[in-house]
Amino acid sequence: MNTQPTQAAGWRKPLRRLLGFSRLYNFLDWIFSRHRPEPGTILLTQRRVYVLPTRQGLIFCLALMVMLIGSINYNLSLGYVLTFLLAGVGIVSILHTFRNLFRTRVRAGRVEPVFAGDTAQFRIILESGAEHDRHSLRLFGRSSHADDAQNCDLPAGRSAEVTLPMPAAQRGWLPLERITIETRYPLGLTRAWSYVQPDMRALVYPRPDDSLLPPPQARPDMGDTLSVGSGTDDYYGMRPYQPSDSPRHVAWKATARGQDPLTKLFSGRAASELWFDYEQLPARLDREARLSRLARWVLLAERSGVKFGMRLPGLEVPLGEGEIQRERCLKELALFQAVDAGDAP
Amino acid sequence: MKPMDAILHPDAHPFRHMAWLLAGLALATAPHASRFSWWITAGTVLVFIWRLYIAWRDRPLPPRWLLFTLAGLATAGVWLTFRTIFGRDAGVSLLVMLLAMKLMEMRSTRDVSVAVYLAYFLAITNFFYSQTIPTAALMLATVLLVTGSLVGFNAPMRAVKDNLRTAGSLLLQAAPLMLLLFFLFPRVQGPLWGVPQDAFSGVTGLSDSMSPGTLSQLSTSDSIAFRVKFEGSPPPRGRMYWRGPVFWNYDGRTWRAGVPRLQEGSFEGLGNTTDYEITVEPHNRFWLFALDLPARAPRNARFTGDYQMLSNTAVRTRLRYDMRSYLSYRANGGAEEADLRAALTLPRDFNPRARALAQEWRNTLKSDDAVLREAIEFFRNGRYLYTLEPPLLEQHMVDEFLFDTKQGFCEHFASSFAFLMRAAGIPARVVTGYQGGELNPVDGYVVVRQADAHAWTEVWMGERGWVRVDPTAAASPVRVESGIAAAVPQGTVLPLMMRQRLDWVRSLRDNWEALSNQWNQWVLGYNPERQREMLSRLGFSDADWRQLAQMMFWSVAAALSVMAMWLLLRLKRQDPVQKAWLVFCRKLARKGVERGPAEGPLDYGARASAALPEQSQTVREISADYADLRYGPPAPAQQLRTFQRKVADFRP
Repeated sequence: MNTQPTQAAGWRKPLRRLLGFSRLYNFLDWIFSRHRPEPGTILLTQRRVYVLPTRQGLIFCLALMVMLIGSINYNLSLGYVLTFLLAGVGIVSILHTFRNLFRTRVRAGRVEPVFAGDTAQFRIILESGAEHDRHSLRLFGRSSHADDAQNCDLPAGRSAEVTLPMPAAQRGWLPLERITIETRYPLGLTRAWSYVQPDMRALVYPRPDDSLLPPPQARPDMGDTLSVGSGTDDYYGMRPYQPSDSPRHVAWKATARGQDPLTKLFSGRAASELWFDYEQLPARLDREARLSRLARWVLLAERSGVKFGMRLPGLEVPLGEGEIQRERCLKELALFQAVDAGDAP
Repeated sequence: MKPMDAILHPDAHPFRHMAWLLAGLALATAPHASRFSWWITAGTVLVFIWRLYIAWRDRPLPPRWLLFTLAGLATAGVWLTFRTIFGRDAGVSLLVMLLAMKLMEMRSTRDVSVAVYLAYFLAITNFFYSQTIPTAALMLATVLLVTGSLVGFNAPMRAVKDNLRTAGSLLLQAAPLMLLLFFLFPRVQGPLWGVPQDAFSGVTGLSDSMSPGTLSQLSTSDSIAFRVKFEGSPPPRGRMYWRGPVFWNYDGRTWRAGVPRLQEGSFEGLGNTTDYEITVEPHNRFWLFALDLPARAPRNARFTGDYQMLSNTAVRTRLRYDMRSYLSYRANGGAEEADLRAALTLPRDFNPRARALAQEWRNTLKSDDAVLREAIEFFRNGRYLYTLEPPLLEQHMVDEFLFDTKQGFCEHFASSFAFLMRAAGIPARVVTGYQGGELNPVDGYVVVRQADAHAWTEVWMGERGWVRVDPTAAASPVRVESGIAAAVPQGTVLPLMMRQRLDWVRSLRDNWEALSNQWNQWVLGYNPERQREMLSRLGFSDADWRQLAQMMFWSVAAALSVMAMWLLLRLKRQDPVQKAWLVFCRKLARKGVERGPAEGPLDYGARASAALPEQSQTVREISADYADLRYGPPAPAQQLRTFQRKVADFRP
């Protein structure tokens, strides 16, 4: 999607340059552009760093006015000196505030997948790109309050990582919202800020429910009637008991001898394989509930170390095990869209 | 990749920031401490300690109702102390207590800002009392400290000394803007409206009446009355009579001015004129000083019938004016019948002995001239002692002084002499002012101090007009010729700077006062006239306020853009390693070996050395050095210099 504009840029570039002479175009461009996420490293140029006085700045101006009038009224020469010195400090501090943000580089860092209802932690990397230290840069998302901003200092030539928490309400992709970087350093009289939206999204898994691992099920398409855990295939050994093992497989005789509990292992596919099928879930569950149930099963299955596969309408995750399989399944669950609308109850 | 520095911190206000802020606020408050009643000072100190304790132990701030109660009590206290809550002293006291209350409800950075602005206000109110160089230095220190602590609250992770350095660089960068604004801001002569009654209290100077003790009180004051810059060399000390208020009415104890006659006094100037410029310190009265007799009044002042100069407004700021005087003159104005009658009036039932003496002179001597000479002889031979601590006099003050105690200050001499003259039928009046002055060799200004205050008399001699007679000079010629220090007996307590034989102190004093004078002339005395003068010297004569505002705007804008370039363009300065490498790449590109956009330095070096076989060794070395310097661990500066030299010497 993002590659589209570069293809058509051949004739658009000169047009944009021409339109650039129009003040109205620039203004509208300024208003309406940069609402799409920007890939790569974002440089905060002077066009996108805005500076305005804060409320304290306005109070400061008011105080200076009072001091100036007082100095005139009482003919206080040193009053003029102090007033103008402070006015100078106020003016110079605008430059310092601007400089504190100007030419900072922002890029996307890592973001770990989360379950719906948790909080996604977006890591954003700031690079100084300057020979002076930057202080008290504050980052906050569009929907969060400025008081909850993340504060960060950025020494000269270094980079810093800021973690922005964002609530993940729904499964699927959670794009990073527009974030504001602001600073009031050094005196809090002015605020310089910029809006950035690094191209960054978090994967949100369905929230797992609290069901137990399903009873063994047959794979209808293979005509297989063997069930997991009660396989009568060849016994081939024992291993230490794990809490998820079925009691029927516990080697009670050995346990009765005072040894640590052991579990009997049977060879054969069905003994350590599980298939989770969307369609096989009770009809009273709606789509999200089914996905939650499946997410729970995937977690439990991975924890008990069995092989498992998953079938969703129009999609099958072949058998696998371990974390990679878990992530894969959860990702499919997170991104699942019903192929057939009539499929969901 | 360089290490990550994720520095996250809670938005807390640690103890050290609060401690530094309190130190700055204390410095802003401290100069006022001596001017308050004891309870304000004590209360403020207590609140500061309390706040420090709260910050140290991380205790909660006191509840609102307590603060309101305290604020109410404090306001009531101010009212009880000053009987007003307006005015200078009461206002400053209230400001200090407002600051103290603000400390107790400082919860957010915004509250800190407000406290800091209050500290700026306190710094400026300090100038009501003093505008000397030390005060300015103290103000600067206060602003630095307070601003530094404000930076601290906006960058909580930094060390305090870094915050102070930031505040210092802000102040330094603000200095050029301050100078431009100070010199170009269109000046208006204040006040814009009335100022509180007590705004100018506490200034010393001559008074509008004279009774024994009025002037001798001044003689212990070292402070400067005015400074004079003569064109050419100053006249001899004995001729420097600086005319001030003139007194006509005597009630037996006190001399008073009477109603000033506003028509211009006329006189005949004899001989050469003396031109000079006077910078008078504020004394909150109307009179201006000039050498006897001033040729004309300066702007915004009038000339009275008895040759006083009265300013149209009270002299509440340091005032500068050009003067021209005739040291020789015939003062025959202001001598109408009513004037002469007033100059002969004496209270009855006072000083019978002096009256008798005057009557005797009148009867035995024929002319006024002879009486005058006799009177001067009387003072000259009377063995009078000039002293700052004369004995107390009772009802018949002139009698007691002339015949009994024989110890007095110039006001005793002048008062008695005028009494004798009037009693003898010669119109006389008392003139007060200053006598003498001291040349500061450093800047050539003559400094006249309060201790130079003096009183003399003028008698009407018909043809010759009003003639100045200084009975003090007759009795104690040294006073007039050499100044007060030489005239008083040894061991008298005099202002430190008036004492003799302290040469090094004196030269230190001269230098300091010359500096203060420049300060006064150019910083404190920078008024609408000075501004016009300076602009016309720069070639902008008759600039009105619009032009001034324009000049101010454009010069500030220019200064600001220079500063912006300096602050912002410095960012783009290139890494020296990268810079040398790019030079190297350009040199190779000219030989047709251009670096690909994604080509690493070592690959590029290998390709270039293959293309330039005779330079292959150098090319490999340079690219290896570059990779090392750029991506390796920090290298000593020597290695960078070698690399730069290799690139510079490289000739493909």
